[in-house]
Amino acid sequence: MTTHDVALSRRAMLKGAAGLVIGLYLPEKARAQSGAAHAFRRAAGGADFAPNAFIRIGADDTVTVLIKHIEFGQGPFTGLATLVAEELDADWSKVRAEHAPSNTDFYKNLAFGVQGTGGSTAIANSYDQMRKAGATARAMLVAAAAQSWGVPAREITVERGVLRHTGTGREGRFGQFAEAAARQPVPSDPPLKDPSVFRLIGRDDGSVKKLDSAAKSNGTAQFTIDMSEPGMLTVVVAHPPRFGARVASFDASAARAVQGVVDVKQVPTGVAVYANGTWPAIKGREQLRISWDESAAEKRSSDQLIEEYRALARRPGRIAGAHGDAITTLARAERTIEAEYVFPYLAHAPMEPLDGFLRWDGQRAHARFGSQLQTLDHQAIATVLGLKPEQVELETMLAGGSFGRRAQQTSHLAAELAEVAKAIGPGRPVKLVWTREDDIRGGYYRPLIVHRMRGGLRDGKIVAWTDTVVSQSILKGSPFEAVMAKGGIDATSVEGAKEIPYDIADFRCDLHTTDVGVPVLWWRSVGHTHTGYAVECFVDELLQATGQDPVAGRLAMMGKAPREAGVLRAVAELAQWSGPGPVNGRARGVAVVKSFDSYVAQIAEVSAGDDGPRVHKVWCAVDCGVPVNPDVIRAQMEGGIGFGVGAALYGEVALDEGRPVPANFDTYRVLRIHEMPQVEVRVVNSTEKPTGVGEPGVPPIGPAVANAMARLGLGRPRRLPLVRAVA
Amino acid sequence: MALAIKVNGTIQSVDVDNDAPLLWVLRDALGLAGTKFGCGVAQCGACTVFVDGKPMRSCTLPISALGTREVTTIEGVSGREAEAVQQAWIARDVPQCGYCQSGQVMSAVALLKQVKKPSDRDIDLAMNGNVCRCATYVRIRAAIHDAARALEG
Ligand code: FES
Ligand code: FES
Repeated sequence: MTTHDVALSRRAMLKGAAGLVIGLYLPEKARAQSGAAHAFRRAAGGADFAPNAFIRIGADDTVTVLIKHIEFGQGPFTGLATLVAEELDADWSKVRAEHAPSNTDFYKNLAFGVQGTGGSTAIANSYDQMRKAGATARAMLVAAAAQSWGVPAREITVERGVLRHTGTGREGRFGQFAEAAARQPVPSDPPLKDPSVFRLIGRDDGSVKKLDSAAKSNGTAQFTIDMSEPGMLTVVVAHPPRFGARVASFDASAARAVQGVVDVKQVPTGVAVYANGTWPAIKGREQLRISWDESAAEKRSSDQLIEEYRALARRPGRIAGAHGDAITTLARAERTIEAEYVFPYLAHAPMEPLDGFLRWDGQRAHARFGSQLQTLDHQAIATVLGLKPEQVELETMLAGGSFGRRAQQTSHLAAELAEVAKAIGPGRPVKLVWTREDDIRGGYYRPLIVHRMRGGLRDGKIVAWTDTVVSQSILKGSPFEAVMAKGGIDATSVEGAKEIPYDIADFRCDLHTTDVGVPVLWWRSVGHTHTGYAVECFVDELLQATGQDPVAGRLAMMGKAPREAGVLRAVAELAQWSGPGPVNGRARGVAVVKSFDSYVAQIAEVSAGDDGPRVHKVWCAVDCGVPVNPDVIRAQMEGGIGFGVGAALYGEVALDEGRPVPANFDTYRVLRIHEMPQVEVRVVNSTEKPTGVGEPGVPPIGPAVANAMARLGLGRPRRLPLVRAVA
Repeated sequence: MALAIKVNGTIQSVDVDNDAPLLWVLRDALGLAGTKFGCGVAQCGACTVFVDGKPMRSCTLPISALGTREVTTIEGVSGREAEAVQQAWIARDVPQCGYCQSGQVMSAVALLKQVKKPSDRDIDLAMNGNVCRCATYVRIRAAIHDAARALEG
């Protein structure tokens, strides 16, 4: 989901969760009375000092920060812990991070109103909250020390986990005062530091290392798929070959004969095979004979959908954004240029396929998995098992990537997990595992999209711009629909297209929302995955047609977009831009995209290889407000670029009469190390509020590469993936 | 079928099907969950282990084909190269989600055992069977060079 709609969605979600909104710093008594007391006690976890739901300090000086956002690579463990440690003046080497339990009262995303992660909001919505949590704890530790030493609190300084009183020469560590601090009153509004005295936020000397690198380098980090306990059954589910099909009948006799298979049950999503171990479950599933009722199934092929979408794009859709009179100006232009861009369905293919663990005794359920929308998943499990939410405990696990795949508005994984547990009955812990084939063929794709663009040129300038977008709605039928899909416009379909950073007098963006039986989902940077490409390729083409330089021409139209202009200038300087080339067979392409309130510009250097374009180097400038951890920001730009290059060059889930064609990494090609460009990142200095970096590195890279290809004389690629365009 | 296999220096007896891939024997029967499942068809490298010191994809190696060969997993990998690689990984903060990294580390250790000072091309050849969906490739490459330098000095 996107930050520009968060205020709206928050209001809507709060309506649904009436009465659950409790202040962050509950006094002890209210804490005990609230329904959240259980979770809070869990969060406190026997620590000596747990001043709020986010911090525990033990007698051994360890500061544990409870992280309300799931960690699957974008760095919230490190980032949110940094915010706390900054205000607490903690010793970074004593700081640990772990996932907070599922509890909307304490751990909601302030941008959504529910507990969940997405839209690159983790740092943005936590910046003040986590700093305040740290400042509160610091004030209570100081008060405890002041009391014990008999000195005024204001004379006590704190540095790297040590409290000091210079006058008397006394000092003590956090751990020594943890217990006494817990008895201090909770200050209501502790002061926050001025950014000029930050010690940890923004530090870029390599001393604020990530908290999870060691466990992720030696195999000890625990993921959902690693769960095991006595009596646990591993479950795989046979899903239908076409979306919307249902089980008509099945014969499980051969499956049951596989050694290790314990049971076979029909569940709403297919047929579940329960086994002692993953291998027998997979083998058992291969032996199932299922006949599917495909009467309601989606049977169109990608090519057919593309033809239908292209036809739709020739008619005006619902207006998503407009100023001036684009249609009239187009008709009067000296020259018009038209381009169509076609985007395929894409799978997220996180490295760890979907999975979940659940234990249930009929009265209470305990689930553990990489939940990205805890509030919704928690409720889904309770609903399926006929339990009250307080009878369900949901623990968030580290997950092997998501890229949007685990943020399910429908909670389909949580529901399937609960259904397989329910079908086998209470008392049998289950671990549900999706294989890679389940993942690639399982839907919830980035939608297939067509953009039809028209540009009008006069006197060497772009005077009119229209963009007709055709896409399925990601939000349709979800709890977010009411607020983010107003007036028939799903904001996620047109974000980045309905407003562009360029001053063009006559502008129009409209949308056709289609109805296709393929489940779709947000995919790392959501609408910007295609709007960034369409807008940045088309503007580049228009600039070339008017004889303008890709950088200077963009800058000339960015009078009302200073931060976009800022990153574009920065990247041009970093790359020592002197035009697109080609020089010695290498051309350079530019793109700049604002997404999730962060601004990213990239320049890609590309040559024509034997089997498609070869991306040699990418320069990247990012403005994400105050940089909390510059190295994590660089890592997200590098990763976003690699993820985006792979998708732009190779990514496609084609449908053949409704059936997804690729099944695994042999047929769904992803980027490998020899295809990864060199990356140079500049993090632009800023004092604006921090914004996210998990997604914004992705959108510019596809168009930057395509724009370079155009300058190589390879044509302007209209249909993704790009290797198809060259072949 | 009961089998005796040598993993990380210890002989273990397991009761599994002949055709069970080594990956699932390690993970489900022996509880060695550091070796990961990513594709099951030798396309991603998440399941990389050493078999008699050579990197192999455990997801497509049937346990019956292992014989007396010795298996080393991320839990048991040791020696100068392993230390250098893991230190370089931490120093560069290579992992993002971390899920592919057991396999990446195993492949990198195997490379450095073979080639003391790998070129970028050596790295491409040794590492291109290991997919990282977080695309930590820039840092993987840099960390391998760092580790090679550390082993020199
Ligand atoms: S799981 Fe073995 S190579 Fe992917
Ligand atoms: S670190 Fe996430 S897949 Fe490699």
